[in-house]
Amino acid sequence: MQHGERGKNALIQALLIANAFLMLYPLLVMLLSAFKSNAELFASPFALPESFGGANFARMWSETSFLRYLGNSIGVTAVSVGLIVVFGTMAAYAIARYPFRLSAAVFLFFLSGLMVPLKLAIIPLFIQLNALGLIDTRLGLVLVYVAMGLPSAVFIMTGFLRTLPGELEESARIEGASELRTMLQVMLPLARPAMVIAAIQNAVPIWNDFFFPLVFISSDALKTLPQGLTVFMGEYNTDWGVLFAGLTLSALPITLVYIALSRQFIAGLTQGAIK
Amino acid sequence: MPRRPRRWRRGMWIAVLLAPGLAVMTLFVAVPLLSSFRYAFYNFKGVLPDAFIGLANFGDVLFEAPFAAQTWRALWHNCVVFVSLMVVQNGLAYLIAFALLKTLPGHRIHQTIIFLPVVLSAVIVGFLWKLFLHPLFGLVNAALALVGINGPPWLGNESTALGSIIFTNAWHWVGFPALIFLAGMQRISKETLEAARIDGADDRVLMTRIIWPLVAPSTTIVATLTFIGSFNWFELPYVMAGATGSPGGATDVLGLLFYRTAFGTASSGLQDFGHGSALAVLMFAFIAITSGIGLHFLRRREIEA
Repeated sequence: MQHGERGKNALIQALLIANAFLMLYPLLVMLLSAFKSNAELFASPFALPESFGGANFARMWSETSFLRYLGNSIGVTAVSVGLIVVFGTMAAYAIARYPFRLSAAVFLFFLSGLMVPLKLAIIPLFIQLNALGLIDTRLGLVLVYVAMGLPSAVFIMTGFLRTLPGELEESARIEGASELRTMLQVMLPLARPAMVIAAIQNAVPIWNDFFFPLVFISSDALKTLPQGLTVFMGEYNTDWGVLFAGLTLSALPITLVYIALSRQFIAGLTQGAIK
Repeated sequence: MPRRPRRWRRGMWIAVLLAPGLAVMTLFVAVPLLSSFRYAFYNFKGVLPDAFIGLANFGDVLFEAPFAAQTWRALWHNCVVFVSLMVVQNGLAYLIAFALLKTLPGHRIHQTIIFLPVVLSAVIVGFLWKLFLHPLFGLVNAALALVGINGPPWLGNESTALGSIIFTNAWHWVGFPALIFLAGMQRISKETLEAARIDGADDRVLMTRIIWPLVAPSTTIVATLTFIGSFNWFELPYVMAGATGSPGGATDVLGLLFYRTAFGTASSGLQDFGHGSALAVLMFAFIAITSGIGLHFLRRREIEA
């Protein structure tokens, strides 16, 4: 019996390793191909590159707007996530810590945003941004992302803030601290783990988003990384080494952050689905 | 003596906390959503609603040429995508979750690896596999050639194009349902699994008779998210097959049709917000109603289990 169990576990382990190979091998080929010339790519697609020279990366750097796209993506994502966490925490704090007449209605208003895919409202959003003069601006993109992210942030933060004991607040008040100080110095430091979850849950889809920039942004100087990648893939479609270099560089930032924070990423992204 | 803020000061403070969030939600969620229902009943001149035309836009996209044929074909493709992903992607995810439940050495690393593609952009994943699936220079056909198989032009062939994009989606996303199933399985009590084992249940019985009914809540979530994702499918087919769903519309789905109708394609830059809005309202209603009904049955199944 013991023997059969071990044999079966070895089989399961082998299947898991095969699966890991299927997941990682395409990404490894992407990385290795970025160092190859066209001739090398087509002659020996599976081999290691002849040299690890950075010619393809150098062309990416000098001939394309890659750095600009990267900068736009970092800026748009950072500002959007920052506003989502700040506005979301403020609203959640009011809902969770102060009983007021419309509190349930306000909470429901925020939550209703969870039910609707904002992509399907792209036409009225386009008209709205157009009327505000925000088409083809990074601010327009940021505002739409904030609207998209607030419902989940308010949901997570309200749930967490409600669990904090009321005595903390009371004792801060008795010592004469203002409401603002109580919030910033007593309550919110305790809510940091929930803020991290809310931030990651929104940062990944915003960083990866392609649909909203596709519709809202037309100036090359304002394009984000996924959107810039489509421009670049069209321009270099005969130069496969450069294409793989572009894909590798685009995947690199989030991959590195993921490797460093994989636990938080997995928790953050599956949070909404596991309860 | 404790300084009690007066009533209006407290009210002001709450208003200040709520104001930015409520403003953004009103301007960029509530107003656009309500307008989108209104716009579906209008004919558009450019980006401005021009004349109220009743249900004409809906009639066009559902029953009139040239829209109707495309609408129904796209809807059919979305259904194919949903069913395929449920079986291939989520079926595989269930097996992987069961394997991970054994907590064999390295199971944490396996979890990290399987989730890695999930954090990448669909644009990167789509382009990567488009290059791999290239008929002459792609990795997939090069690998098949090694074992003497002459691979087809995967994305250029009407019978393999949609399947190739579905495969790519499964590669991209399989880690997500796998970890949701795993979380569901980890919540089953050790005693239940132990008791089943003592009664002589092997892995196959355990997986199909004991665990499957007990992870019903996870199945509900996975099925619902897959349904919503399948009917909003856009990035991957756009990157791999273009806005027209090439070849010859074999990969056309509602997301592409909606985008094309509303904003035009590279070859025809014609914006048609009226028909686009009608499509959006129909898609929204279809997704909301169908997932509502589905959820009702899946929840009942959870309780029976």
